[in-house]
Amino acid sequence: MSKLALKTFTLLQTVTSVGLSALAWVVTGVRPIWNGSQPSDRQRIYFANHTSHGDFILLSACLSEKERAITHAVAAGEYWGKSRLRRFIAEDMLSSVLINRQWTKPEENPIEIMLSVLDQGHSLILFPEGTRNMTEEPLLPFRSGLYNLSMARPEVELIPCWIENMSRVLPKGQFLPVPLLCRVVFGAPVTVAPGEERRAFLDRAHATLLALNPRPERDD
Amino acid sequence: MRHDISILIIGLFVVLTTASIVAAILSARAPKPLSSTLVNLTQRINAWWVMVALMTVAFFFGRYGLTILFALISFASLREFVTLTHTRRSDHWVLLGMFGIIIPFQYWLVWTAWYGLFVIFIPVYCFLLMPAITALHGDTERFLERIAAQQWAVMISVYCVSHVPALLTLDVPGFEGRNLLLIAFLIIVVQGSDVLQYIFGKLFGKHRFSPTVSPSKTWEGLIGGLVSASLLGALLSFVTPFSPLQAAFVAFVICSMGFLGGLVASAIKRDQGVKDWGHLIEGHGGMMDRTDSLIFAAPIFFHIVRYFWTV
Repeated sequence: MSKLALKTFTLLQTVTSVGLSALAWVVTGVRPIWNGSQPSDRQRIYFANHTSHGDFILLSACLSEKERAITHAVAAGEYWGKSRLRRFIAEDMLSSVLINRQWTKPEENPIEIMLSVLDQGHSLILFPEGTRNMTEEPLLPFRSGLYNLSMARPEVELIPCWIENMSRVLPKGQFLPVPLLCRVVFGAPVTVAPGEERRAFLDRAHATLLALNPRPERDD
Repeated sequence: MRHDISILIIGLFVVLTTASIVAAILSARAPKPLSSTLVNLTQRINAWWVMVALMTVAFFFGRYGLTILFALISFASLREFVTLTHTRRSDHWVLLGMFGIIIPFQYWLVWTAWYGLFVIFIPVYCFLLMPAITALHGDTERFLERIAAQQWAVMISVYCVSHVPALLTLDVPGFEGRNLLLIAFLIIVVQGSDVLQYIFGKLFGKHRFSPTVSPSKTWEGLIGGLVSASLLGALLSFVTPFSPLQAAFVAFVICSMGFLGGLVASAIKRDQGVKDWGHLIEGHGGMMDRTDSLIFAAPIFFHIVRYFWTV
């Protein structure tokens, strides 16, 4: 890529990032609640509940401009890589990391792709449910990625983030957002205990994230 | 009218400056760390500075400024209201319509002074069409609760609030071109009554008015606030078409409505298990926490003026 093209490209990315964060604020008045962790430029994996395409935009709108520049959302390659336009939006505009959930070739191994991003010193936004949750359950069981990444790079902090209301702002299959107030609750870091089994850790991380929900659905 | 507006703004400026000085003296004398009441007091006064500044700007732009300002207040209130209530995925289009169609259309009716449709658009047409759309979607889970919450949300946040700029459309003989002052009177008296109830409550409050709904409201606060706000209304009669006695009476009625509005808002918050409507204004909670009294007072004030003072 020529120098000018690269410059234009970086500028475009910055404009998109600032623009989307501003949009998220205007529409949802989003406000971070730091409940157990603090904003920091430490390398992190933010893991969150997933109900809407807007989730990672909302989460990254809560980060500082500096952190946002090095934080990438992990997105499904078989969805976002389907057409050139989608790939351009996901990879170039939103600087997401695309992984293939039904990978076959060794170079498609999602863990290897995510580790290579971490090894550049960047942070990740991960949705360990693996897909957008369309059920009545508040949170689906976690997939293994979170455990594998933490075992491979134990120095990276795992921060649970509860995204509130985004499923009502932009439900699956809709493209116009309803402007409801949103919050993102950032919890205390989770680490794999010595000798902890995969499933035990994943269930514990799951429970930690669920416990951050500031307004659990009432039974009435 | 410029002259009257200037007097009102200078008056507010003096009151707020006094409040800031008193709060600063109290904070300087109080033991550290400051009590939460004192911190909250300072936050509230600072927020009032911002709100008065915004109001002043809106008044400066006259009819444009006030219509846009109250449309934005409707937007913020509706957002807080709907956020608190239960909705389902199938409500998406109704919710979009509330923000994207009902707010702009209602304020367009205000702008064009189309009184006949302004008073019935929400309580008749929206009330019938909104549940119809929900029913067409076929999702009957908690149906009545969902549509009731949505209808109430637009009634409170859009219909009632839009009566404030609608005051500009009234023709009061001998008061032509001065309708902005009606809005100033309404806001200063009702919000003043809130502040006075707060002060009387903090100073003399002993007997709770309604412990199950709002533990902070007391009989002493209510009576002290209403009496002093009625006096304030009489003092401000020079900017209105009312005589001092009429102004005191009108002030009493709208402040009583304001008090009831605060009570209803508290009951809704209690029902939904939250303390504040939102987090828009530092020290005040959300927009609805500040405007609940104004919202209830506005339609009543509008109709009093319309019935008794227009031809």
